[in-house]
Amino acid sequence: MKYITKPEARRLPRHLRRLEAESIEIMRDVVAEFRKPVLLYSIGKDSSVMLHLAQKAFYPAKIPFPLMHVDTTWKFREMISFRDQTARRLGIDLIVYVNQEGIERRINPIVSGSALHTQVMKTDALKQALDLYGFDAAFGGARRDEERSRAKERIFSFRSPGHVWDPRNQRPELWNLFNTRIRQGETMRVFPVSNWTELDVWEYIMLEKIPIVPLYFAKERPVVHRNGTLIMVDDERLPLAPNEMPELKMIRFRTLGCYPLSGAIESDAATIEDVVAEMLIARFSERQGRLIDSDEGASMEKKKREGYF
Amino acid sequence: MAAGSLRGLVSSDSKDQLRFITCGSVDDGKSTLIGRLLHDSKLIYEDQLQELARDSVEHGTTGDEIDFALLVDGLEAEREQGITIDVAYRFFTTPRRSFVVADTPGHEQYTRNMATGASNAHLAVILIDARKGVLVQTRRHSFICSLLGIRHVIVAVNKIDLVDYGREVFDRIAGDYVAFASTLGFTSIVAIPISARYGDNVTRQSNNTDWYHGPCLLDHLESIDVQSQTADLPFRFPVQWVNRPNLDFRGYAGTVASGSIAVGDEIIVAESGRHSRVKQIVTYDGELARTEAGDAVTITLADEIDISRGDILAKPTERPEVADQFAAHVIWMDQEAMVPGRSYVLRIGTQSIASGSITAIKYKIDVNTGAHLAARTLTLNEIGFCNIAVALPATFDAYEANRRTGSFIVIDRYTNRTVGAGMIVFPLRRAANIAWQPLSVGKTERAALKHQRPCIVWFTGLSGAGKSTIANLVDQRLFAMSHHTVLLDGDNLRHGLNRDLGFTEADRVENIRRAGEVAKLMLDSGLIVICSFISPYKGERDMVRDLVGDGEFIEVFVDTPIDECVRRDPKGLYTKARSGKIKNFTGIDAPYEAPSAPDVHLKTLGQEPEQLADLVLNCLVTRGIIVLL
Repeated sequence: MKYITKPEARRLPRHLRRLEAESIEIMRDVVAEFRKPVLLYSIGKDSSVMLHLAQKAFYPAKIPFPLMHVDTTWKFREMISFRDQTARRLGIDLIVYVNQEGIERRINPIVSGSALHTQVMKTDALKQALDLYGFDAAFGGARRDEERSRAKERIFSFRSPGHVWDPRNQRPELWNLFNTRIRQGETMRVFPVSNWTELDVWEYIMLEKIPIVPLYFAKERPVVHRNGTLIMVDDERLPLAPNEMPELKMIRFRTLGCYPLSGAIESDAATIEDVVAEMLIARFSERQGRLIDSDEGASMEKKKREGYF
Repeated sequence: MAAGSLRGLVSSDSKDQLRFITCGSVDDGKSTLIGRLLHDSKLIYEDQLQELARDSVEHGTTGDEIDFALLVDGLEAEREQGITIDVAYRFFTTPRRSFVVADTPGHEQYTRNMATGASNAHLAVILIDARKGVLVQTRRHSFICSLLGIRHVIVAVNKIDLVDYGREVFDRIAGDYVAFASTLGFTSIVAIPISARYGDNVTRQSNNTDWYHGPCLLDHLESIDVQSQTADLPFRFPVQWVNRPNLDFRGYAGTVASGSIAVGDEIIVAESGRHSRVKQIVTYDGELARTEAGDAVTITLADEIDISRGDILAKPTERPEVADQFAAHVIWMDQEAMVPGRSYVLRIGTQSIASGSITAIKYKIDVNTGAHLAARTLTLNEIGFCNIAVALPATFDAYEANRRTGSFIVIDRYTNRTVGAGMIVFPLRRAANIAWQPLSVGKTERAALKHQRPCIVWFTGLSGAGKSTIANLVDQRLFAMSHHTVLLDGDNLRHGLNRDLGFTEADRVENIRRAGEVAKLMLDSGLIVICSFISPYKGERDMVRDLVGDGEFIEVFVDTPIDECVRRDPKGLYTKARSGKIKNFTGIDAPYEAPSAPDVHLKTLGQEPEQLADLVLNCLVTRGIIVLL
């Protein structure tokens, strides 16, 4: 029998150990109290951390819930291959849901605009998928440090029928005593990494050697300049203006989403260590590259009320 | 970047986390202080600063300067009104510590939010406006922090710039605070003169207060030791989830709430008292020889004993309390007032208790003065010292000894809202010392003598619906069939046993509780008990159902539309209620919660009472209560 004798011998700093234990406790509570949970897998770094935490929470059992990816069909190709590879590696059920009605209506981020695209292909799609499979609890990787309206989000976020979030009528959350009770038709969104910061996530990925999509690491990729952001030309669907020529630049992404809506940053950080080092001296927030948040000041709060994560 | 230089950048093994709460009212500059901490520790990104500058022009209250408060007031409503209405969590980090700040509003009507923020905090920063000194609100904030178990306080005397950085002002306020807080049980109180707006003594020592030699706020936050030594407390392991991936493995997953345990140590299951030994401490990263407070692990035992979610593992020498009654401080958090006697769901640790009720409010506490006041109910934001009874024994510690195992939340059975939060003070021994007197002749024997199966037939419905008429007919028919019955009528009970009760929600609950207990005694004596009560609340009808065995409670819903009841108005009560001469009249100005699945549903319109009584008797036959000869 081989023991890890001293807890200090673990590589994680104390604050990350505490965050890890807290997240594991939340995930176990969900599995103990809900009938049919699901993990909403966005393929991003926060999802990767959640998956890693889930493995730890239920070990030696396998993760006792499926992953679900709401696919807008505009994700980076590397995200999709990473997604499928991850599900295979962990031997876990993966549900991929696409809003077919949106496809038929030819909703896309370029012509329809980011607001409509997000509404139909993400928010509506998510609601449809949760209803279709009858999931009563859905894990999400949102963190409170991401955005102002998220700072007041509960860890167990109650949604009334129709997946409505009412920020003025949230259940108070005290200690580690979560109120998991819901009635028929009501659901819960659960955010196990609520109290992590972006830096915590990156440090944890580095120290735990968690696989993430290679797009987070700098590499020469074809990009065009648009409205002050760098957009990667991931496939032939991105229409180019007559004088627009994709150029190869060393870039990487701090957050990932639909490729026409994700701004890249110029960077040489090609390894996880480089990324963490770059994080420590970053001068802009990660959401700056995310075009869907900047439509209007309170837009995230509005989207959340409508059922967006 | 070379790996060597990175090592200096990532967190050291000893970097830990401090969770604290900030308390202060709108004008104390609380949000400004947090904004300042974030800004001065370089945690505000350029795009956020640009946005802030834009917002400051639009909503700000600081003229041309950047309004840091806008960084933290997240919801639209707050930004419009310039107030904080909910708990917001903020994060910042330094090489030594990472911080989670619970930012909560300070108004009296937000006691609930402050308690929420304080529940996970180890330290409180209490803001005082240097121009105003210790106020009623300061007392309120300090009292709530103390009640929630916070032992370390920083008194931030803010706006020191507005009193010309005056030392006397600061010394007087610090002195006042220490004097009044002496009874609150704080381990450390440190007062710091600051200006959140200009940054004096926030993240660096200020030249404007050369008379102050203590630490600046951030220094103190970074260095204070708040480790509450949870690893030294008795071992408590609330089982969260039973991990059974295959027949060869049975592990108990949970987070060590306090203390520590090693492989080979003896443990007991607190409630059942069963013993075993720790066989393995399993984690994804390998097995551990020992585990301590804060670790999320999976424990396997040497013996197969019955353990499920809600059980607490402890050491045989250091057992937690196991009792079905206890005294606790309860903070009420819902618009709907707490009603003593009503059945609520409780969550204590990982134990979910299907039915618990507040049996008595000893007193409520004036949060501004600490005074004890008499109370019959608790309304939103009120704090009471209460006796609580739970249907089955619960395992716990006193909150003062252990925050993790001494706290609970109260959930409404029907709305599922979290309506209260509690901190256990001590177990009540009255239940433990009064053992059930074993009775030689039981319910079964008594019933056998009467050749019948006892049950409660409970008629509910609006006043004038026809309950008493039908109940009376059922009683006559059963009597004619030589059954031993008794009829409890709401009106009649109110002339005697319940004559001290009125018609408020609390009194109605107590009315039904007593009626239910009486019905149960009569059931135990082998009778068929016919009850006729408006009993407007689902909660209380279910409480009576829970008092007795399966199938012994038969709910009869006498369903007459309110218009018809008003038309009949046999006692002239609706006329009085409509003219305002009777208050809290069910169906007029008090609610009636119709049964969703009654055992017998009598729709009375167009039916004769005799036919309806037959329906009830038919149900008794199908349930095997009586036999038609």
